[in-house]
Amino acid sequence: MKIDFELNGRACSREVPGMTRLLDLLREEIGATGAKEGCGEGECGACTVLLEGTPVCSCLVPSVQVIGRKVRTVEGLETSTGLHRIQEAFVEHGAAQCGICTPGFLMMAASMCESKEPVSAESVRESLAGNLCRCTGYQKIVEAVVEVVVDATH
Amino acid sequence: MPHTERAYDRVEVFSARDLPEALSLREEHPDAKILAGGTDLMVEMELGRVPAAVIDIHSVEELRGVRERPGGLWLGALTTHRTLAESLLVESWSPCLVEACKTVGAIQIQSRGTLGGNIANASPAGDTLPVLMALDAEVEVASAARGTRRIPMAYLFEGYRSLCIEPDELLVGILLPEPHVADRTHFRKVGTRLAQAISKVVMGARVRVVNGVVTEARVAFGSVGPTPVRCTAVEEALVGRAIDPQAARLVEDAIQPINDVRSTAHYRSRVARNVLASWLMHLTENCEEDS
Repeated sequence: MKIDFELNGRACSREVPGMTRLLDLLREEIGATGAKEGCGEGECGACTVLLEGTPVCSCLVPSVQVIGRKVRTVEGLETSTGLHRIQEAFVEHGAAQCGICTPGFLMMAASMCESKEPVSAESVRESLAGNLCRCTGYQKIVEAVVEVVVDATH
Repeated sequence: MPHTERAYDRVEVFSARDLPEALSLREEHPDAKILAGGTDLMVEMELGRVPAAVIDIHSVEELRGVRERPGGLWLGALTTHRTLAESLLVESWSPCLVEACKTVGAIQIQSRGTLGGNIANASPAGDTLPVLMALDAEVEVASAARGTRRIPMAYLFEGYRSLCIEPDELLVGILLPEPHVADRTHFRKVGTRLAQAISKVVMGARVRVVNGVVTEARVAFGSVGPTPVRCTAVEEALVGRAIDPQAARLVEDAIQPINDVRSTAHYRSRVARNVLASWLMHLTENCEEDS
């Protein structure tokens, strides 16, 4: 099946079986290996990408459902002017250990930065509930996200 | 890069653009699996349960959204848990459905998973199912040949992961009856973790209290048997008198929990009884304050 979609602002087209997981389309067909596979069943959030701006687990999205839609991955966060402010905050706070969960956390946090709704510091932990860090480095991750997200929306 | 062969490569995909097309595909391919948000089906496929064909209804816009209709609130089958959780209209009709939708996985899952999918997947642990039973919700199913019909939630589940829906029928919507001013409703999920755990016990309940007397009661549980289940013996014991938390004692006879990876039958029985008793006691105290 022909999958035409927009990846990080660029038109992208691949011929793959329609039920191919978006995660496999990105990693294996396109070579965009930013999104990581953790559990493969929507529990860990390591494969989180934005589909039309909404955070989703790319392991649970069949490619047929991204036809004509916009997908954003961690590769699309950095711009010509530098890192995204959430990436800067992760660096400043040391919010990464082994790094496998980091792209998923960044995409979830990026969607919160860009949300039109105000985000409270209390709601940050709840919003990050679907992203697991097996190094358990949550405190620094939450601090980085709170700094950017709460500032960005208030 | 060469394509790694995967189990899903051979799945035939039929895409429906609108409802008539979805219904005609359903009629032509009664054995195909329906693909909505994919949050259950994609996991099933990873576990090796791969269907020969799927009908993708995700683009069928008619099946999305929340609409007020005479006598009820219609929830399109493809409406996501997140949309429902954020809907002020749904909140005003049924705060406990909003609560249930908020416990379905994390944001990533709530944004993809649909209410119709939660019902059609027919997991005994489906978080919204006991609530919909307690609210006397009906599901609307449609077929190309016979049009639409409604099935009360109480009669929908005929066995483990099995619905009484014909092979050519598609679940298109859910109808919530108008809430009654004297209704008290409750949702309670008990899991390992507050966020995104599959439930060990999940309860939806509603009592209507008029002049201190219960005139109608609904008590439904999930994760305590092969299907979500209503405890009619408990409901009957509650009706016709003031709220009596002792009625919760009958819960254990009305459910058939099992031991599995998430919990034990003994724990589930005890917790099911206790979550109902605890809510009824809370109501008793609050009703006294009211009067």
